[in-house]
Amino acid sequence: MFQKMELRLSGSGGQGVILAAIILADAAIEQGINAIQTQSYGPEARGGSSKAEVIISKDEIKFPKVTNCDILLCLTQNSYDKYIASLNKNGILVVDESVNVNMNESYKIYKLPILDTAQNKIGTHMVANIVSVGTLYALIGEDVISKDVMIRSITNRVPPVTVDKNIYAFEEGIKLIRG
Amino acid sequence: MSNNNGYKLVQGNEACVEGALAAGMRFYAGYPITPSTEIAEISAQKLPQIGGKFIQMEDELASMAAIIGGSLAGLKSMTATSGPGFSLMQENIGYAALAEIPCVIVNVQRGGPSTGMPTSPAQGDIMQAKWGTHGDHPSISLTPNSVQETYEYTIKAFNIAEKYRTPVVLLMDETVGHMREKLKIKDSSEIEVINRKKPTCEPKDYVAYRPDEDMVPQMASFGEGYRYHVTGLTHDETGFPTNNNDVSGKLVQRIVDKVEKNIDDITYYEEYRMEDAEIVIVAFGGVSRAAKSAIDDMREKNIKVGMFRPITIWPFLEKQINDVAQKAKEIYVAEMNLGQYFLEVDRVAGKKCPVKKINKINGELITPNEITYAVTGGAIND
Repeated sequence: MFQKMELRLSGSGGQGVILAAIILADAAIEQGINAIQTQSYGPEARGGSSKAEVIISKDEIKFPKVTNCDILLCLTQNSYDKYIASLNKNGILVVDESVNVNMNESYKIYKLPILDTAQNKIGTHMVANIVSVGTLYALIGEDVISKDVMIRSITNRVPPVTVDKNIYAFEEGIKLIRG
Repeated sequence: MSNNNGYKLVQGNEACVEGALAAGMRFYAGYPITPSTEIAEISAQKLPQIGGKFIQMEDELASMAAIIGGSLAGLKSMTATSGPGFSLMQENIGYAALAEIPCVIVNVQRGGPSTGMPTSPAQGDIMQAKWGTHGDHPSISLTPNSVQETYEYTIKAFNIAEKYRTPVVLLMDETVGHMREKLKIKDSSEIEVINRKKPTCEPKDYVAYRPDEDMVPQMASFGEGYRYHVTGLTHDETGFPTNNNDVSGKLVQRIVDKVEKNIDDITYYEEYRMEDAEIVIVAFGGVSRAAKSAIDDMREKNIKVGMFRPITIWPFLEKQINDVAQKAKEIYVAEMNLGQYFLEVDRVAGKKCPVKKINKINGELITPNEITYAVTGGAIND
């Protein structure tokens, strides 16, 4: 039974991990469960490291930051190097295939072509964050948040002209996990 | 179908604007600064849609001056900033206090001093919020710890400013300003909105700074036909400057008394698991979220610990802290500075029980584990 899940999304500034976290938290609230989203980022508009966090929970969420990371997303080597130590030993790592990863670990590892899917299948690196949302959603599960709610949350939070492309990206992200 | 029960995912800074609009804000002047920028952005979007005005000023000195002008012209006015801008606003905050101009100043605190750490949380402006401007003056600061509270206490900040004709500071921190969580926007019928007292007399009989029994003078808007003078010099009831020692002394005493003697009316706080608490953590803003979580952890180990959370940071809740100290064996003040609020808590509680500090100034929120560790053995080393 789902009680609480703590997710950390990391990448390079400009990759949209904060928006990805907002979409997940937004969907959780729409679903009627509690969620908190926070972020940390440098003063730069692009580049630098960017980290966003989401906690979803059946109960009231007191401390707003992730202390027990269940799922960690890393889109870059830097973010992997910086945050991998924070992942639960029974947690799940979702990492772009371009990142060198120590595979010999107790947590579950999904090494996936997230950036490549965005760039070459959907046609723009800008949707890498929504491909990521798809992968994370597939791990969170439809029993926690319904797919309709997720799609509505994406639709509401991305620029209107990019909705179709982003929903395509979301579906492709789900496929990366489910095959 | 949506199961959201009327809740939406909203950022703290956005909730501040929603609260301000609900309270009747119709003028915003500011100079954007991280981590408060969204307040300016969203005000710029929303105010014109409801006939309000937004202006981006050249700096924070001018922003503060502009909201004083806006309020004198009759519009409920707000500005938002962070530490560096708050420093620049201090002179005119004192002007608003002495000239009795209602307005709301939001300070979303970031790491300092100077330009410090723009994107990181801190609570280093606690004493500045009280003593940043020179001279004796009333100080009111409210500190929310959630998105919902940011909405509610922005409304209260406007109400208090209007009722007592004084600047009110909404003292947020980056944690609360930038986090997103659920918010329920209230129906306007559920919201109490207080407006400043307007003169009931003829313009020719108006004496701008003659206080009513509640110590607050009636306030005419500029342009309504009531002619009066506004100055930052000490003034008599007409508003014109005076050096008369008797009049000047009484004026400063009155503007302080109108707030201090009504402290019960502006006292807001939360007690968490305090029924049988022997150890009390005093925390506010973002840090209080860590404290709650730490208290839950420690309670599971049968440690009798609770939290007193001042929402009204200024004036200092002396009576309540005194009560806490009567029962507590130990008090910890947890804050993202080197012990500013500690000084006040220790002043009131220190003779009754030991008061200790839990501090962090590296740009990260204090964690529940750090509080638990400090309370159960050893202090935090940064």
